[in-house]
Amino acid sequence: MTSFLPGSRRQDLRPRSSDRGRSPFVAWAFIAPALLIYSVFVLIPIGITVYYSLLRWNGIGAMQFKGLSNYLTVLTDPELLVTIGNAFQLVAYFTILPVGIGLGVAQVIRNHLSGRFGTTARTVLFIPQVIPLVAAGIAWSWMLASNGVVNQLLELVGLGGVTRGWLGDFDFALPAVGIIGAWVLLGLCTMLLVTGIAKIDPSLYEAAKLDGATGWHEFIWITLPGLRQEIGVCVTLTVIAALASFDIVYIATGGGPGQATTVPGLEIYRLAFAHRQVGLASALAVVLMILVVICILPIQWAMREPRK
Amino acid sequence: MGHAGATEVKGVTAGGFAARSIIVGLMFVTVLPFITMFSAALAPSGTYPSGLQWPADPQWGNFFEAFKSASMDRLLFSSTTIVICVVPVAVLIGTMAGFGLARLAPRGSGFVYLLFVIGLTLPIEVVIIPLYYEVQWLGLLNTKFAIILPLIALFMPFSIYWMRAHFVNVPQEMSEAAEIDGAGPWQQFWLVQVPLARPAILSLAILQFLWTWNSFLLPMVLVETPLERTMAGALGAFQGQWGTNIPLLCAGSLIILAPSVILFVVFQKQFVAALLQGAVKG
Repeated sequence: MTSFLPGSRRQDLRPRSSDRGRSPFVAWAFIAPALLIYSVFVLIPIGITVYYSLLRWNGIGAMQFKGLSNYLTVLTDPELLVTIGNAFQLVAYFTILPVGIGLGVAQVIRNHLSGRFGTTARTVLFIPQVIPLVAAGIAWSWMLASNGVVNQLLELVGLGGVTRGWLGDFDFALPAVGIIGAWVLLGLCTMLLVTGIAKIDPSLYEAAKLDGATGWHEFIWITLPGLRQEIGVCVTLTVIAALASFDIVYIATGGGPGQATTVPGLEIYRLAFAHRQVGLASALAVVLMILVVICILPIQWAMREPRK
Repeated sequence: MGHAGATEVKGVTAGGFAARSIIVGLMFVTVLPFITMFSAALAPSGTYPSGLQWPADPQWGNFFEAFKSASMDRLLFSSTTIVICVVPVAVLIGTMAGFGLARLAPRGSGFVYLLFVIGLTLPIEVVIIPLYYEVQWLGLLNTKFAIILPLIALFMPFSIYWMRAHFVNVPQEMSEAAEIDGAGPWQQFWLVQVPLARPAILSLAILQFLWTWNSFLLPMVLVETPLERTMAGALGAFQGQWGTNIPLLCAGSLIILAPSVILFVVFQKQFVAALLQGAVKG
């Protein structure tokens, strides 16, 4: 993401002298339409969110300047803190499951995903990326319902005792939502990692075999370093998906039972549009934005320089 | 294909078999939710079906009923209108800006590019509140423009990131040759760069189509009438409407996700390429 930041490389990418002499107006004319609409509907709103976050405002009446007190509420109110905690718990499911399974699959498959079978597999595994998250939420609500297929399967293997309405259970609702997110992201991560591992020089694995390396050693010393960039991409995408989750939670549980699955995105929506606490909702939005950046930057740095 | 087939034959060993079994298992997990939605959609409307069970008397009429009671025709029209307004504009201005930033690079463009890149990680929840009041102030609340304009803006970071990366990698000689022929940046852009960029532009258009079609929070907040929203935005409303009628809800959901899945299967090569490269670059 940030690996393409302008600066060091820009100089050599600049057009030759003949072009640079030309009026910069033409150049800006190319950039202006995008910059204009982006400013009006993204950059300025970010600024307004920060401004709102300093107010007490019900959306209609008079605005009241409250300084940083909304932030104090976000960082101390247990009801709001729990939403942030839930978001981080979702990271465990959205990120670790798909990346872990994807890595395992990539290691086993290496070059076996070719031909018509490979094409079919790619097509099927990508379907969750194509459908609306809302549809995934509805499908899984049904799967996880008390008479849904998940309980049916559990009964089939003799675990009838643990069946329940998973999304309505205080202890299991959040993991269940996490599983839905993992399902959505699993195919993409797997395909990214499988595509990545195919680019690793096979002779590395052969050499390791000759040296008597076990599968585990191959994984640690060849696969993981070789997939550094792909892993970084998967982790980035899935962490953002977890921290900023909304659609799946809104559809599958509505944040319940109680506060068990409420995430910041849902709480922002509710505070602003149902409870009319625009200032507090905005402060939570700013905190969410900062959290995403704090989580993403180290990942970007880690994947930036492959040591070779 | 021929070459891939040859390596495949070699690959069918014990390891290959294990690998294939794992993939088949993953494929099963992927399609299971759709199968159980399908079986539920065929149960009698208003009943409470059980997980995965082929109904004794499949009610194909459920699909028809869901289509009618959700006014899917209007919804399809509305979604298509929004896509037609969003994707060409977003692709055009994103490509122009990508070209401008990569090739013309006027003074100060580095900072502008940074502003766009920052938007790559921005959760939509961060801007949804001011967008609501802004769109209201513009008098666009509950119109299609309330969805169209913010979506175009929200697509800019990725579009510009993607197209700039493409233009940066096009060999200089191409544009230099055009310059010798006396072409200005505008002719160069349309006659040389855009035709060369066609695969990148197609991938971008596919991704933008998906994001528009599947957008949920934005249409839900900015447009009150579900029928004026996008497909996914309306699906949320139907869940409330049909919440307890699982067969109809499943039938409706399947209809709503059908267009993107059909398009995906038809253009599967381009989609997969777009999703894979889009992820790596995004």
